[in-house]
Amino acid sequence: MRNKTIKVGYLARVEGEGGLYIRTKGGKVADVKLNIFEPPRFFEAFLRGRFMHEVPDITARICGICPVAYQMSSVHALEDALGVKVTGQLRELRRLLYCGEWIESHVLHAFFLHAPDFLGYPDAIQLSKDHPKIVESALRMKKAGNEIVRVVGGREIHPINVRVGGFYRLPKRAELAGLRETLLAVRDEARAAVLFTGTLPFPELEIDYHFVALRHESEYPFCEGRLVSNRGLDIPIREYNDHFVEIHVEHSNALHSEMRDGGAYFVGPLARYHLNHELLPASCREAAAAAGLGPTCRNPFRSITVRCVETLYAIEEAIRIIDQYQAPDAPFVEASPCAGIGHGCSEAPRGILYHRYAIDEDGRVREAKIVPPTSQNQKTIEEDLRAFVEKHPHLNDEQLTWQCEQAVRNYDPCISCATHFLRLHREEES
Amino acid sequence: MSKTRKPKLAVWKFASCDGCQLSLLDCEDELLTVASILEIANFAEATRTVLKGPYDLSLVEGSITTPHDAERIHQIRRMSKHLVTIGACANAGGIQALRNFRDVNEFISAVYASPEFISTLAKSTPISDHVHVDFELRGCPIDKKQLLEVVQAFLQGRKPRTPAHSVCVECKLRGTVCVMVSKGMPCLGPVTYAGCGALCPSYHRGCFGCFGPKETVNTASLAAWLASHGVSRIDRVDAFRGFSAWSDAFRKESEAQERGEGVEHA
Repeated sequence: MRNKTIKVGYLARVEGEGGLYIRTKGGKVADVKLNIFEPPRFFEAFLRGRFMHEVPDITARICGICPVAYQMSSVHALEDALGVKVTGQLRELRRLLYCGEWIESHVLHAFFLHAPDFLGYPDAIQLSKDHPKIVESALRMKKAGNEIVRVVGGREIHPINVRVGGFYRLPKRAELAGLRETLLAVRDEARAAVLFTGTLPFPELEIDYHFVALRHESEYPFCEGRLVSNRGLDIPIREYNDHFVEIHVEHSNALHSEMRDGGAYFVGPLARYHLNHELLPASCREAAAAAGLGPTCRNPFRSITVRCVETLYAIEEAIRIIDQYQAPDAPFVEASPCAGIGHGCSEAPRGILYHRYAIDEDGRVREAKIVPPTSQNQKTIEEDLRAFVEKHPHLNDEQLTWQCEQAVRNYDPCISCATHFLRLHREEES
Repeated sequence: MSKTRKPKLAVWKFASCDGCQLSLLDCEDELLTVASILEIANFAEATRTVLKGPYDLSLVEGSITTPHDAERIHQIRRMSKHLVTIGACANAGGIQALRNFRDVNEFISAVYASPEFISTLAKSTPISDHVHVDFELRGCPIDKKQLLEVVQAFLQGRKPRTPAHSVCVECKLRGTVCVMVSKGMPCLGPVTYAGCGALCPSYHRGCFGCFGPKETVNTASLAAWLASHGVSRIDRVDAFRGFSAWSDAFRKESEAQERGEGVEHA
């Protein structure tokens, strides 16, 4: 019997603390665990008793990379509880804000966390020494995304302008006009990014995933729609708990999610893309096709290209919203406290983010439940690692370790949301 | 040590949202310049490269919430010539310090089905409770221009220039009409450090204290003002129980409000 242990230390270029354990026996994987050490912070416990208007400011602090997602899921869930519907231009402004977060988060991941793997660099700074144009272009796109969040949300990280019912203040016409110029300037760069990432060397792996995403009747989804899957799931958001369950496993401080009838599922760009492909504008579908993507992509390593397609979409959608924008009469719809239960789900850059709140007649939170995308993907990440290790027995320890890290990074896991520390133990029994 | 050696920068994470370290990557116009002046020796969110210490400057994000982290911060201090904490978690325990006012075991059972799997401390505490801190950069999140100023100051061997006044002063500087005086909105501006540019009042809402308590603040007077503007006792407690709830000034005031003290001064 031969035992081997490989230690990676911190899993780099992800947001949070996690570890990895893989044991092989006779060429087969006997055990795979994605360990999550990220210390628990107990948001669902301390939200109890807080007034509804504090909720989007507090839940933003779950994640510095995707605060808008937390704010959007929480305001939609609270509005559902209060019987308030935000429509028209206020709804458009929320989509605009979300476009900004998709752009900054996707470009950060694609070029700063993910692309260095494919090109053999430890990070984007080293990459920039040989390929300055790629990194400089990524920085311009990321800045444009952050600019949207700053103009509509007040600041890039933990925006202050999101409110139950709408916003505290409407953006000024001149601010939006400036934003439009910035977005036009990076639109072609986003198209070039789709094509460039299509030329990267992708490790072989095709998996028949159970994709789950929001689907809206007429638009690529952000905050509204039904929860659908490629295996027949089609439910309103409020039935989420009837179909998905969280399980507490010993090796993780993030709860694992599963379908109630058993089994892992996949949330995030590949799922959204598969389930909403025809809702993308022709320009985005053409760019995807030119980069070698069909309407479905089952190789998780190719998620980098799908993120770039979604970045292009978010830039075009943001320009569309600005072009049609007419200031509404008021920055928000009044929402008076009343007792109720509400559900909200939005498409965070990493996949569906579900919130449920029960509030009392004074508008205080009685119960909160938050299911982040990375919790939902943990089981699928473990299954990917199992499939990848079995398919690539010829790789040496160093290559295998790097590519296993890369396989985890395919998910852009936000370990702070769900989990920071990757240690690969490869035990081989022969 | 040769004179041409680049100073080594390390970035460390404890319990937090990653937002403050992200502020460095959000310096889109300056990032490549910073990387050409400093050697990024340890920054897990950005690179696989890990260079050994000692480090000239360590930026520490997050609060101490586990027995393992309470050990790890001492190792980091030993490896760091200068240690700067960034953000409300590292400076004051963060929003996760709300557990400090309650029973953490009840919190664990409220969130996790199998409490026995969870290893956590009863309190979320600031870095300065554990090791010597050379400078605390405030904010939830920190301001990226202030971050660049702090990095530059340490490179030049001088004290960082960050404002010592309150958000109130920032409102006056930018000409924002006082939301408390003109609209009766509750606002923590008088007791909160400047740094955000008095953002919330310019968005027609009161400050909720992201940059933490300013030195020598009169929170009792503000609480009395809040009471006179119709803010209920429970909302006055919560007003001080945000991202810097475990800072001395805000903790004492929220506890005083909880006991029902001080309102008669209104």
